[in-house]
Amino acid sequence: MSRPPEGEPAPPDGTLPGPAREQLGRRPFGVYVHVPFCTARCGYCDFNTYTASELGGGVSPASYRPLVEAELALARRVLDGFPGPVGTVFFGGGTPSLLPADDIVALLDALGASFGLAGDVEVSVEANPESLDRAYLDRLVAGGVTRLSLGMQSASPRVLAALDRVHTPGRVVEAVADARAAGIGQLSLDLIYGAPGETAAEWRGSLDAALSAAPDHVSAYALTVEPGTRLAARIGRGELAGPDDDVLADRYLLAEEVLSAAGLRWYEVSNWAGSRDARCRHNLGYWSGADWWGFGPGAHSHVGGVRWWNVRHPSAYAELARAGRSPAAAREILDPGARQLERVMLGLRIVEGLPLGELSATGRRGAIRAAADGLLDPVALADGRAVLTVRGRLLADAVVRDLTD
Amino acid sequence: MPATAPAGTDPARIRNFSIIAHIDHGKSTLADRMLEVTGLVEGRRMRAQYLDRMDIERERGITIKAQNVRLPWVCGGADYVLHLIDTPGHVDFSYEVSRSLAACEGAVLLVDAAQGIEAQTLANLYLALENDLHVIPVLNKIDLPAAQPDKYAEEIAHILGCGPGEVFRVSAKTGEGVRDLLDAVVAQVPAPQGDPDASPRALIFDSIYDQYRGVVSYVRVVDGRLSTHDRCLMMSTRAAHETLEVGVIAPEPVATGSLGVGEVGYLISGVKDVRQARVGDTVTSATRPATQMLAGYRDPKPMVYSGLYPLDGSDYPMLRDALDKLQLNDASLVYEPETSAALGFGFRCGFLGLLHLEIVRERLEREFGLSLISTAPNVVYAVHLETGEELVVTNPSDWPEGKIAEVREPVVKAMLLLPSEYVGAVMELCQSRRGLLEGMDYLSADRVELRYRLPLGEIIFDFFDTLKSRTRGYASLDYEPVGDEPAELVKVDILLQGEPVDAFSAIVHKDKAYAYGVALTARLRELIPRQQFEVPIQAAIGSRVIARENIRAIRKDVLAKCYGGDITRKRKLLERQKEGKKRMKTIGRVEVPQEAFIAALSTNPDSSA
Repeated sequence: MSRPPEGEPAPPDGTLPGPAREQLGRRPFGVYVHVPFCTARCGYCDFNTYTASELGGGVSPASYRPLVEAELALARRVLDGFPGPVGTVFFGGGTPSLLPADDIVALLDALGASFGLAGDVEVSVEANPESLDRAYLDRLVAGGVTRLSLGMQSASPRVLAALDRVHTPGRVVEAVADARAAGIGQLSLDLIYGAPGETAAEWRGSLDAALSAAPDHVSAYALTVEPGTRLAARIGRGELAGPDDDVLADRYLLAEEVLSAAGLRWYEVSNWAGSRDARCRHNLGYWSGADWWGFGPGAHSHVGGVRWWNVRHPSAYAELARAGRSPAAAREILDPGARQLERVMLGLRIVEGLPLGELSATGRRGAIRAAADGLLDPVALADGRAVLTVRGRLLADAVVRDLTD
Repeated sequence: MPATAPAGTDPARIRNFSIIAHIDHGKSTLADRMLEVTGLVEGRRMRAQYLDRMDIERERGITIKAQNVRLPWVCGGADYVLHLIDTPGHVDFSYEVSRSLAACEGAVLLVDAAQGIEAQTLANLYLALENDLHVIPVLNKIDLPAAQPDKYAEEIAHILGCGPGEVFRVSAKTGEGVRDLLDAVVAQVPAPQGDPDASPRALIFDSIYDQYRGVVSYVRVVDGRLSTHDRCLMMSTRAAHETLEVGVIAPEPVATGSLGVGEVGYLISGVKDVRQARVGDTVTSATRPATQMLAGYRDPKPMVYSGLYPLDGSDYPMLRDALDKLQLNDASLVYEPETSAALGFGFRCGFLGLLHLEIVRERLEREFGLSLISTAPNVVYAVHLETGEELVVTNPSDWPEGKIAEVREPVVKAMLLLPSEYVGAVMELCQSRRGLLEGMDYLSADRVELRYRLPLGEIIFDFFDTLKSRTRGYASLDYEPVGDEPAELVKVDILLQGEPVDAFSAIVHKDKAYAYGVALTARLRELIPRQQFEVPIQAAIGSRVIARENIRAIRKDVLAKCYGGDITRKRKLLERQKEGKKRMKTIGRVEVPQEAFIAALSTNPDSSA
């Protein structure tokens, strides 16, 4: 599992520095709720999530809601004076659909009671196809959930097996039909490419299968081998071949081609949407410097240039939350250099790109060179924005390094 | 005054000797035992390798600087003074060895009873015999289970032309036989001869720099008397200095005011730099100077050159200061600033040989905390142009562009000792290095001496390592320069995207240029990370490309996921990558990590030869 970053100690009562609090309300405010439960751990996953047997006593999906409510009470105290409202809510995991639907709705209500929810609030829930049924979906939609993100990953049984996914490909189609019938507003499918043994044809098949469900939004991620995962160990032992960057690049180009042909346009390196409204506003907040509070074990937050992250293990989290103390493990206060690097690193990922005015002189020179190398769109550059070309998206990190001091 | 009092010792009571031995054959241990049995150092104050003072010497188990010690010894009821002069044991320092030997009348030939004589020992033995030293053969480590004293006594007897029974058998570890050996030194080594009334002449056989006292020279008085009453004169430089202190080492320095004929001790003259008190020079009196220098002085001449560069360019001034300091103690180290497009600012350094290079580099890193890159070493070439001009090239970047009439390269006479089963393998190796077999002798039924004439440039890089690995460590090597010879040499350049990388240029024989080019381009293709564009790597002689590789452009360099929890981690990753990027050297537009330079320069890409 990936290690949390190093930071400075966070105050036990969660207090924010004055300057950070003063910036609240100037940017969209989002809420992320982490749900750290899974029925089984997938071999490639390094997220902060636990199966029942890994959890130990004291925390379970059924007893999770009061813990988040306790952190919510703390957030309300820390953000004293902030009038809200919350523009976006995202239940992520883990497998949020392992929580009782009533608890998700109750948490949403509690958020509304504390900070208010915007009239057009976007409420996303991630779900695995195998843990969904119609009644559950009805309850979510009735309770205010507007967007469902399904972890489809692949349409190939072989690839699903390589990823240790427990669902069968057909299950996704049923889940999508159920979600549509329940009246969900936006539906997104997650795909992973480049799994060991996956062929180009299989990837094409997965894209086609996803498109046949007519999603509003698709996320397609290159398989990343995270240290400490079962997958990394198997590759390390030579049992599986690690992903090859050239193959991943080909897969990405195929995704771009197939998805845009179906009317889905990229708006972030790994995200495509059928319309502006289908973009995930919550995630856009991450890339455009919005403020958000992340609830739950291991969740990250950002308010006005301060980032903090909670203790990772659910029992440690539970103990702090129940005691009314901040569950933050550590925090960092971004200096101007770090903010600038983040702005370029995040801004370049999205289709709007970055205004050249936000780049240093070195960065602007780098931008001209990157355009000459075919990594930035020359038309957008002439228009005063650094926007990645499709080749540039594949080399985004290199472009970021060239566009910062 | 007793006949053995320092400064007034009767030459008839003096015995000056050194120990000739291969690394690991127990020379320092034997010296330690001698300090003990003569009562000079009490057992409880004893530490291993008492005379080896530099850390590097203790760790590598070798002697770099010559040391000496005055030992009292009673034999046949009479008092004697034994001066033990400890000599450096490596081929790079053979001149220093020859000067140490010149300060003695006798030598103990010390051979490991489990391994037999090695090439360097044999070479130093020949040096001793040339200096007319009386040689006492000794087998050491007779306590080892693997010892074969009879076999090796035969071998030594064969080399020296003596009887096997004349070979002493000792264990420096247990002390067995050491007293008898000291008695034999008294009985067999001639007493020094000299004219006590002549103008003083003393041989400097080593000089060290002491940060508190300045240069301390170790000397052997041949004629007359060195005294603090007289100013001293270095005969090679004609520079006169105060004679601040003279004394003996017993085993700590003891000032004696003067040193007489045959005595060995130290001289402090206030000079700040060992180049003013060079090994081999003759010290005389400034007021009553001798007319004749002692024989054998020569200026140290670097044989091997290499560029030394700080990994971190801002360490350049530190490197300069460190070299200045090392030079205080090392007259044979030469250096001058040089600039490399690839490596930045550094120094072109000249060394006596490869070990010397390694030692200097290690001392710079260890004692001065520097991290260094060294370029592939090369020898000194004499290049004659068709215009009649002649150039001395110690650096591939000085290789002339114009038409070359002739290139001469230094050659050495190499002596290799090895078990006979490896003769084929070693001959093959020498042949691949352009060696010419000049002779072959069986030292015993299963040990062979091979004599080769080899270009020095062919053995300075990895010859010794290859030799060791092909003979499972059993072969030993010694060589001496024997002038230069014409050779068909060319300069091979390595180009990245058409830009030459000076650090990778090499002067090689024309028959090996292609192999060098192919090996290095292939190696660089592995070492240089893919860039955002395709990078051709070429090897070329002048404008003629002889090898080519391509680094394909990188196509993916992006993290797939970047959400709330990934931002800090990803930013830190980018910060680290940017730091790494700053440490990269840019050749044209190609970013080359320092590690690639280090890896490409660290081993000979042609090591399969």
